[in-house]
Amino acid sequence: MNPGLLGIEELDRAAIEALLTRAREYQPLQSQSLKKLDTLRGKMIVNLFYEASTRTRTSFEIAAKRLGADAVSITASGSSVSKGESLVDTLNTLAAMRPDAIVMRHAASGAPHFLARHLPTPIINAGDGTHEHPTQALLDARTILDRRPSLEGLRVAIIGDIAHSRVARSNVHLLAKFGAQIVLCGPPSLLPVELKDLAPEVTLTNDIREAIRDADVIMMLRVQLERQHEAAFPASEYFRFYGLRLEHLELAKPDAIVMHPGPINRGRELSSEVADFQRSVILNQVENGIAVRMAVLEKVIG
Amino acid sequence: MSIVIKNGRVIDPASQTDRVADVLIVDGRIAGVAPNLSSPAAEAYDATGMIVAPGFIDMHVHLREPGFEHAENIESGSRAAAAGGFTSICCMPNTKPINDSPTVTSYIVERARSQAVVNVFPIGAITKGSAGEELAAIGAMKAAGAVAISDDGQPVMNSRVMRRAMEFARSYDLPLIDHCEDLNLSAGGDMHEGVKSVRWGLRGIPAASEDVMVARDLLLAQLTGARYHVAHISTRNAVAMVEQARRHGVAVTCETTPHHFTLSDDQMPPYDSNYKMKPPLRSCGHRSAVVDGIVAGIIGVIATDHAPHAGSEKMQEFERCPFGIIGLETALALALEELVHPGKITLNRMVELFTTGPDTVMRLGRGTLAPGAPGDVTVFSTDLAWTYDLNRSESRSRNSPFDGRAFRGGPMATVVNGQFVWKRG
Repeated sequence: MNPGLLGIEELDRAAIEALLTRAREYQPLQSQSLKKLDTLRGKMIVNLFYEASTRTRTSFEIAAKRLGADAVSITASGSSVSKGESLVDTLNTLAAMRPDAIVMRHAASGAPHFLARHLPTPIINAGDGTHEHPTQALLDARTILDRRPSLEGLRVAIIGDIAHSRVARSNVHLLAKFGAQIVLCGPPSLLPVELKDLAPEVTLTNDIREAIRDADVIMMLRVQLERQHEAAFPASEYFRFYGLRLEHLELAKPDAIVMHPGPINRGRELSSEVADFQRSVILNQVENGIAVRMAVLEKVIG
Repeated sequence: MSIVIKNGRVIDPASQTDRVADVLIVDGRIAGVAPNLSSPAAEAYDATGMIVAPGFIDMHVHLREPGFEHAENIESGSRAAAAGGFTSICCMPNTKPINDSPTVTSYIVERARSQAVVNVFPIGAITKGSAGEELAAIGAMKAAGAVAISDDGQPVMNSRVMRRAMEFARSYDLPLIDHCEDLNLSAGGDMHEGVKSVRWGLRGIPAASEDVMVARDLLLAQLTGARYHVAHISTRNAVAMVEQARRHGVAVTCETTPHHFTLSDDQMPPYDSNYKMKPPLRSCGHRSAVVDGIVAGIIGVIATDHAPHAGSEKMQEFERCPFGIIGLETALALALEELVHPGKITLNRMVELFTTGPDTVMRLGRGTLAPGAPGDVTVFSTDLAWTYDLNRSESRSRNSPFDGRAFRGGPMATVVNGQFVWKRG
């Protein structure tokens, strides 16, 4: 087996706790003036991004460098991808250069799982299609746990295009393993009923107010207006029914936090006031991304 | 030239035969079924302990020739058929060029005559280029040897075109076979829409995409009086609608595949393209409805939908992989394992599903051991222990989910027009 990190679903609680604990140990480093360790000195990490990404790719690159590893980033345009080489051939070529891990983002669900069956190099999933984004769920959990003693019993609302969200799937798997109550909310076409079977303690609603009521955590998802061409929802009224506004927050617990995996669309899935709201922890998520990815890289390669 | 198959249990549902006997074939035709038959200079095959049945018919295969010979050709596909116990196969028109003209039909007939080890019957396209717009040269294709029409894989969405096609099919006395899929409902889908597709983030193909088309086609079949056949039926509603339409006198038949009565989406390993086909593997509820449909006699045909794809085509991201699996070599063994051994259907019923069932639809004049019938015989075992080794497949392709599967019972020898074309080695 390829001992990378493909998804949260396959991880047990202990493995997740170990990563979150290690990430906490890496948090102080982020604000030190000298940020570089030599834990992974001499190791080589390839970041292979088949989808545009600024924050995740940069975050992985910085995490690798802070651990002392070398990192090379490849984006799909300008590589062999545009010359028609198949995914497995590209990966075999990269594997022949003996990197210690390949961090991969791909638009096809399961692409890293498929490659893991054919490659010896560990693969870290940096987001596969609409399936999983495991490091995002880990950094979200780290961010929540910076403010709460435990995930158990927390009421977490995840709102937006759930059907197409890898962030939602990874978060559901992680939160459910720790006993959180999860409410998924979105327009009916983006909230298939089968989501209820993703994990225990998952409920579904089409009503944002019901989702937010008594929530400890509100996770907003990015909405892609392009989906309206698949008749997925009427874009003109999305914000009216599913956009998060300040008045919604009165329904939540008084200390509820607002999260978003980014990049945010002000005025589309959340109002500008919410984005800048004092209990919005969007930038803390970004910061924790590096600590969490350091923990993952260390676990996979170290 | 004659052969005699000795001491097997002869099961010929068409003539209501089920007894231990010899089968004598002389000059390519069945000469007799009786104990202690012999003929001077006849090649003898000892079938003691085995089943001797009319040659099996697979009315739904893809031979990929002309145009996609890297995946399969008429010769290799026919060898895979022979190794699976099939003596006659009907090949779908989605070749390159598409079999939508008598020229292509004749080419396939001629190639089969020189290359194939089993009988090959071409199925013509419904519409030109299977584009769903203009009708193909249906009558001329029939004259050239086409035995049915279908736009398998690229189903006719326009109901008016389908109505006209059924009218012509009826007037030419050809069955019309439809791959029932509403392409708008299934657009972009890669597997059955359900718990697994949602979990794995794959776009779903809802069962309703099949049901909607079966419903439409049944209404049009009632309107036109065409002989209408549902390919690879896979949903509970589709089976129920076929049963109901038949009760109302619609001339409808249907087939299912070994993988649809064997597998459901919950048995599928994540993102394994050897489990990717259309219709997709449905939920276990749909799978049991298909099995019930076989048991109840609503489904009268087992067909493989043998769909070879070269290895590189299946070695891609799941959503980029083409649909389809090969199935000729495992069909009989799966029918034994899933239907006969558990006691769901009798051995005689299984033989019907492979012989008189498809012959009733396609009217090939085969599927029986009556004297004078073509000398096509399938000899198989119900207890031989064997393991499917994909690397030894006669097919040019390797896309099967059944590699390494252990079976009890399988083909032993295949006789086509009075000649052994395959024997278990």
